[in-house]
Amino acid sequence: MSTASSFGASHALVRRTVAGEPLRWTSELRDLRAHAGLLYELVHRDLTVRYKRSVLGFLWTMLHPLLLMLIFTVVFATMFRERAPHYETYFLSAYVAWNFFAQTTVNAMASVAWNGPLMKRVRVPQSIFTLSIAISGLVNVGLSLLVLFAIMLVVGAPLHATLWFLPISLLLVGLFTFGTALALTAASIFFGDVREMVQAGMPALLYLTPIIYPISIIPDRFRWLIKLNPLVYIVEIVRDPIYYGILPTPETLGVSIVISLGAVCIGWMIFRHMAPRFHAHL
Amino acid sequence: MNAADNAIELENVSVRYRAAKIHSFKAALVSGFAAHRKSEFRYGLRDVTLAIPHGEAVGIIGPNGAGKSTLLRVAAGIIPPSLGTALSRGTVAPVMELGTGFEAELSGRENIFFNGALLGCSRAYMRARADDIIAFSGIAASIDAPLRTYSTGMVARLAFAVATAIEADTILLDEILAVGDASFRRQCQARIERFVTNGATVVVVSHELDVVASLCSRVIWVEEARVVADGPAADVIARYRARTASGL
Repeated sequence: MSTASSFGASHALVRRTVAGEPLRWTSELRDLRAHAGLLYELVHRDLTVRYKRSVLGFLWTMLHPLLLMLIFTVVFATMFRERAPHYETYFLSAYVAWNFFAQTTVNAMASVAWNGPLMKRVRVPQSIFTLSIAISGLVNVGLSLLVLFAIMLVVGAPLHATLWFLPISLLLVGLFTFGTALALTAASIFFGDVREMVQAGMPALLYLTPIIYPISIIPDRFRWLIKLNPLVYIVEIVRDPIYYGILPTPETLGVSIVISLGAVCIGWMIFRHMAPRFHAHL
Repeated sequence: MNAADNAIELENVSVRYRAAKIHSFKAALVSGFAAHRKSEFRYGLRDVTLAIPHGEAVGIIGPNGAGKSTLLRVAAGIIPPSLGTALSRGTVAPVMELGTGFEAELSGRENIFFNGALLGCSRAYMRARADDIIAFSGIAASIDAPLRTYSTGMVARLAFAVATAIEADTILLDEILAVGDASFRRQCQARIERFVTNGATVVVVSHELDVVASLCSRVIWVEEARVVADGPAADVIARYRARTASGL
């Protein structure tokens, strides 16, 4: 057929949907690869629309960590001076990872609600909106890290050679966040109030994770309790190479790998079972 | 006929929803899912079996809310069937409600690429067609302005130009002939006729029976989630006209 040749596919492309069948990760991956162009456009749209809508848009990504640093440094620096010298670096190195997690999960839920009409009208891989939010979040992490490095240079905090490990840290943070976001977006499509609950819970989670305070202020006998929170490890693998200038300990790295891969597996399992019924709730 | 010659096959397809929906996690915790499970099903499609061979032009007619769009969406693989199996062979380009998938802050040109990507087309593929699209839409002067500055008519023209620039094996058109002025509609119709003569499979949902009669050789009449009639265009349209006339 003449019309088919230029589209790049042919009648060999057969798509069968059987009632009640959950998504398969192999076909979803193939589907995502076929829609790599759309993924690029979605990330491009996320970034440009954000930065086009206001003059401050791009500046805001820079100003946000600066403002927070100012506030937290003024409030807590003296309190934690002994335990965390260069408090601004101590705080921001973990906060960048935290902010990525918090923003991505909330934005992914908003994105699915926002793109609901689209999902009813075109056939795209169901997880592509969540993935695109996670990728544009990682781009913003990159920008925030540049701001952090600039701050470190200005205040005279040492830039360590261990920074080479950072891409590995960010990969694990990215996987953990993407997995969590998959589960939460699936849940938020079914239940309208999940997004508000997560949004309300985020500040509490911030204080339950040693980001603003050093974990050493927690008495030894309660530390295991704090460490039940997976985010403890997720912020630690980012803070270690930036602030402490050390590679994560085998314990931190091992646990991080397990929870990152675990989050992706569990997130995907929840997502794939709920996906065939998304359309009824969009 | 060989089954591999069909562009679309629906086998005992039903699409159904529970009448009682639980919208919040809180409600689910409080009342459980019992009310939801006990509630009756509402059907969007009910036990539909049909096959559309490659290269056929098919019209889908029926009153509002009959299930025409649901049928199109299942065929496009956008909605999975609740019961049964849906299958498509070859590339499918659904053209649903012009203007969906357009971003107000992006320029007309950027929207061409964004919309193309939604339909699974690469940047290179769209770049090769961008000039044609801009020419057909007739809005070359404002193509680099943000879409929010466009009139509704301009958005519709651009959307149709993008959607029909893509050469898919199967093209699904949902009520898109109802927009624009008379001359633009004639242009649209000419484009659809070209798809048909080029051998693409075309499925058109429309209320405009004359348009359906001139474009399609076969018509499927859908009502209350079921297929009422399926056959040669003239026959089915005549029966449908007689029914609606008597109903008035």
